[in-house]
Amino acid sequence: MTATIERGAATAPVRTPKSDPPAKKPGSKRTRGFLASSNGKKAVMAVTGAVMVTFLVLHMLGNLKIFLGRDSFNEYAHALRVLGAPLLPYRTVLTILEIILVVSVVLHMWAAISLARRARKARPVRYVAKKSQAGGYTTHIMRFGGVTILLYVVWHLLDLTFGVVNPKGFDSLPADRMMAGFEPSRWWVTLVYVVAVVMVGLHLRHGVWSAFQTLGWANRTRYKALKATAGLLSAALLVGFLAPPLAITFGVLK
Amino acid sequence: MNLTLKVWRQSGPTDSGRMVTYRVEDVSPDMSFLEMLDVLNERLTIEGDDPIAFDHDCREGICGMCGMVINGVAHGEQRATTTCQLHMRHFEDGAVITIEPWRAAPFPVVKDLVVDRSAFDRIIQAGGFVSVPAGSAPDAHSMPVRKEDADAAFDAATCIGCGACVAACPNGSASLFTAAKITHLSLLPQGQPERLSRAKAMVDQMDAEGFGGCTNTGECTAVCPKGIPLDTIAQMNSDYLKANAK
Repeated sequence: MTATIERGAATAPVRTPKSDPPAKKPGSKRTRGFLASSNGKKAVMAVTGAVMVTFLVLHMLGNLKIFLGRDSFNEYAHALRVLGAPLLPYRTVLTILEIILVVSVVLHMWAAISLARRARKARPVRYVAKKSQAGGYTTHIMRFGGVTILLYVVWHLLDLTFGVVNPKGFDSLPADRMMAGFEPSRWWVTLVYVVAVVMVGLHLRHGVWSAFQTLGWANRTRYKALKATAGLLSAALLVGFLAPPLAITFGVLK
Repeated sequence: MNLTLKVWRQSGPTDSGRMVTYRVEDVSPDMSFLEMLDVLNERLTIEGDDPIAFDHDCREGICGMCGMVINGVAHGEQRATTTCQLHMRHFEDGAVITIEPWRAAPFPVVKDLVVDRSAFDRIIQAGGFVSVPAGSAPDAHSMPVRKEDADAAFDAATCIGCGACVAACPNGSASLFTAAKITHLSLLPQGQPERLSRAKAMVDQMDAEGFGGCTNTGECTAVCPKGIPLDTIAQMNSDYLKANAK
């Protein structure tokens, strides 16, 4: 005689969806093509980011010319407009560079927005408790930082490029606009500028090494060097960009 | 030890689910986290309540079945440890512990803490294989592999596919998992013939499943019970870009 034990169901019956969801196949319209893929967008982000970082380095070096005097700064600004002269008409090279830069900004934003939307869709139900383990605060402010930088760039162009919100206006020498823009009475402009540059620094601390990772050039032996490079580059840009306005606001440059 | 648990309860895929609080008393610090849940489940069963459903199998940290987000961290705060190998001695008496399932659209909740990770299987199916010549087994030393490559490939191959990387990623990305599987094969001579087509097929499948994109936050590798390194993702990116350049 064998004893039988009625165990019952291990768990309560699970309600299943009416039909199995169809297996998702790659090659459907949404995922076709390099630019539609998450990795493709990341590559766009990395390359356009590199274009912008190159611009920032050159822009910073140009700004530092103010320490060599107003004439030096004005000559530099003029030289940018006559690059390639007399072979090329006035402002040809500069306009081409500006177009490349604008295209980079737009593509960088497009990649960021579509990746952020993708991320949001990938986690429809949020965690009740979530604790970061990687400890990189810079990674969590990339999207917020990007928006801050964009808003700042709009202001910056209105101030020093088009002179709309600059006391000297558009018809003035670049160095005069710069000196007037950051004069001690306009300390709040300098403050906005400091916040924006710090944001750029934090954005690049993650962004620079991240670009190498995205393009597949990072590995465990290079991580240290790449992260150090990102840190040094961010710090150099931070100091280089903050020096002129702070020197003007505090009266070191007159 | 006496604990207060806040556990995600969801009766089925269509239920909206909620957090439910339970008291668990007389927990031994030597119990594993899953054993602690077993104790609670026994009590719930005796009381006629529905026990908490959770995935588990080997309970020795090698199968990748178990996994839950404990106090906001996938597999709990103990590094390089699966939930089954996490012991109650790491918690304080009287602690309040929040337990949630992996949260990602491609990982739908089946019940309570159990999620459907078939998306990972489909990523593997898309390209996680090598072509081998049929016939007798080749000589063991007929295909030389550099020690460094063997080590790195093995590091990647230790992935148990538990899904903690997806759970921890702020973007819900499966990049660390997919990268581990791609790297594991792409560093070895046996994996070379399909190297680029594999990367393309697996990444495209990962996207098709609805996982997010990687933003190199490093959250995945920090919670990975096998410590899969982040540079596997660089390897995947490199192979994927080469595959698209062709």
